[in-house]
Amino acid sequence: MLIINCPWCGARPEIEFRYGGEAHVARPADPAAMSDQEWADFLYNRTNPKGLHAERWRHIHGCGRYFNAVRDTVSDFFVTTYKAGEPRPDIGESGQ
Amino acid sequence: MVETTATAEPLAHYPLDALAAGTRAIGAARLTALGPVSRLAFRGREAAIQAAGEAFGVALPREANRRNTANGRHALWLGPDEWILLAPGADPAPLFAAIETATTGLPHSLVDVSARSVTLEVAGSKAAYVLNQGNPLDLSLDAFPVGTSTRTLFHKAEIVLSRITPDTFHVDVWRSFAPYVWEMLEDARRELA
Repeated sequence: MLIINCPWCGARPEIEFRYGGEAHVARPADPAAMSDQEWADFLYNRTNPKGLHAERWRHIHGCGRYFNAVRDTVSDFFVTTYKAGEPRPDIGESGQ
Repeated sequence: MVETTATAEPLAHYPLDALAAGTRAIGAARLTALGPVSRLAFRGREAAIQAAGEAFGVALPREANRRNTANGRHALWLGPDEWILLAPGADPAPLFAAIETATTGLPHSLVDVSARSVTLEVAGSKAAYVLNQGNPLDLSLDAFPVGTSTRTLFHKAEIVLSRITPDTFHVDVWRSFAPYVWEMLEDARRELA
């Protein structure tokens, strides 16, 4: 079973977690000023990288908190996890 | 229309009454349904945390997945701003009022969830082994010492698991899930009979 490090609770089994989509997608400050294309990009378009991906996870069957993780989408390896609100750690293209 | 009379059978007061009556005694993993306790869900920020702990009589733990105990009362860490407060007795009203008074004016949330869940006790030398049939946490004493409480899963049901003594665990589960958890625990203990 995949072990995920919750920034609050430590190493816990993956079944306690839920995926929350790409991290660091900030809501635009003034949506009314955007074109439809820009708004659609914000709503629907994600980077979908092959390699390291910063994404949100929620420890729903634990402390209940959202946090961010950097995961390698090729190997499913969790490089690191960090609390929501913290900047993405400076990690290269390959975490291993 | 079907007529109901006042003499009709009362609804089962406790969801586990029937199951607990038919359980087998297995010394290595005893399974018991514990009686009602007062349960309060508290959420709040720094100022309210301190005040609530003083009114409750047990400081709210600030370390993840810890439980503080004093005078039969328990304060369980469930999240960075979330605790469950347990006190003996079925009437939470006086305790609720005391904490509410102490935290007046401080942003917080206090909810009486006494009837939301029931508590089961799994005790005996094989208690951790039985729980691990439906829960993947490391329940060794090093990783899960006495005084640990955490929300987690037992098979498909969410539970709050607490280690009371090295061989005694309390499983707090929402009452509609309680028969499911009970029967899964019975299943896990069958091999020890």
